[in-house]
Amino acid sequence: MKASARAALQAASRWRALEFAFWLVPVAAYFLFPRHYLLLNEMAIFALFALSLDLILGYAGIISLGHAAFFGFGAYAAALFAKHIHPDPLLGLAATAAGAALFGLVSSVLILRGTDLTRLMVTLGIALITYEVAAKMAWLTGGTDGLQGVVVGPLLGRFDFDMSGRTAYLYSLATLFVLFLIARRVVHSPFGMGLKAIRDNRLRAAAIGIPVNRRLAAVNTLAATMAGMAGALLSQSTSFASLDVLAFHRSAEALLVLVIGGTGWLYGGPIGAVVFTLLHDRLAALTPQYWQFWVGAILAGLVLIGRERMRLIVRPWRWFKAKKVGE
Amino acid sequence: MTALATFSLNKRFGGVAATQDVSLAIEEGARHALIGPNGAGKTTLINLLTGVLPPSGGRIELQGKDITALAPHQRVRRGLVRTFQINQLFAQLTPLESVTLAASESHRLGARAWQRLGANAVVRDEAADILERFRLADVMTRPTAELPYGKRRLLEVAIAIACRPRVLLLDEPVAGVPEGERAEILDSLAALPADVTVLLIEHDMDLVFSFASRISVMVGGALFAEGTGTEIAADPRVRAVYLGEGGHG
Repeated sequence: MKASARAALQAASRWRALEFAFWLVPVAAYFLFPRHYLLLNEMAIFALFALSLDLILGYAGIISLGHAAFFGFGAYAAALFAKHIHPDPLLGLAATAAGAALFGLVSSVLILRGTDLTRLMVTLGIALITYEVAAKMAWLTGGTDGLQGVVVGPLLGRFDFDMSGRTAYLYSLATLFVLFLIARRVVHSPFGMGLKAIRDNRLRAAAIGIPVNRRLAAVNTLAATMAGMAGALLSQSTSFASLDVLAFHRSAEALLVLVIGGTGWLYGGPIGAVVFTLLHDRLAALTPQYWQFWVGAILAGLVLIGRERMRLIVRPWRWFKAKKVGE
Repeated sequence: MTALATFSLNKRFGGVAATQDVSLAIEEGARHALIGPNGAGKTTLINLLTGVLPPSGGRIELQGKDITALAPHQRVRRGLVRTFQINQLFAQLTPLESVTLAASESHRLGARAWQRLGANAVVRDEAADILERFRLADVMTRPTAELPYGKRRLLEVAIAIACRPRVLLLDEPVAGVPEGERAEILDSLAALPADVTVLLIEHDMDLVFSFASRISVMVGGALFAEGTGTEIAADPRVRAVYLGEGGHG
């Protein structure tokens, strides 16, 4: 019994073959699509952003409509750091992480109170306020014109952020991978299991001795740090930050990405980000004016069909068992 | 020595006094039962003891230390653990994960974010022991939401045991469990270490009289009588307000 308990606990965090396969895809994409590094870079950044939201939504059960606050904060922080303090991207990324962590920690105070609905309002409020602050502080952020004149130095002192986006993609992908490994380790720890317990039943979580508020503040800080770093990757690879990084649609899109990819298994963010970015890119090429309509239609369809039935559609060999669905 | 004591504990909801001047003393290692008709204030008292509700007045002591101002999780860390009348489980976690998590928390390893759950051999073996004792071993890797009710009821108690309680508050542990499946839970309760103090809140009189050596009766938010099973069974006042209603409240 002890041996089987041990084996079962170990198996839960073991790397599966599909996971290795998953991480081979972006590497393969590097060799297969050398003319699409900019798009690939966008996907990697979005994947990291959605991954950070999954940590608080999928694991801790906190619904946020304002996750862009951390993303945008990171984008501006990294751009300002490069412009005024030091052009080195890794130094800027580290400084941004520290700043975003502090922002996340402070904002935790606000999200700990109340119910889901009040939290939804509060997170939305935080993002709106951050947006307005950035718009008003034009002397620092450039306001509606965006922050210009940002010059990011070469990565590791050698690799310039070129027009093709090659350096940017590899930089973003490496950052995503490292942060994914950290997130993966954290969610399989006692701390991570405690978050799931809080998500499933907050009353009982406290009744087994979990300091719920402290744990939620910790994961919010972690998620904010990762979102901030995603923002940093964007402004560093584009040498630009505008108010768009703080816009509401970013928060909403991160949620949509998790609707597509699923929450609480870490791969939902990356997979959803790839699907969403591809959809966006393809649809925008087909119908530049109405792409949002089609994205909306597809998402509505996805929700109506439901993920369970979706699985059946992609696995036709299971159609004969289809009766079980919906019971 | 007194394991758990309240001193003139009061709780008012607006004008309604749900708990009135309750002074209760439970001896270390006791098997104490708290009975009373519906609406007597038993659940409110549990919520006061565990810190879910703040009292309007009075004091609570756990092993001689004032815990009145402590948050629920802090009381758990000091050994005051409860189960719930209505299952409060982690639906998407497996019994193995739930019990291992509770054991991790009781060993103060719950905040570790850089270690695998169950990496600690002491925690892991404790969890495995408890799962076996509560006959959950065969379903330990299935999500809790998929378990039959009887197993979930066992898990409800197993999680509390994994917290290594000094004082265990059992809120109707066999509520809703069919007659045939009660034995597993009752056996596991009987097997609790003798130095663990147990306060049982229960409607089932057979269980109360077989399990508890002391019984407190609550009526209308106040303590009404206290004594051994024989004394309580013989007390005419208790019979009038409580047992007289048919024995199963």
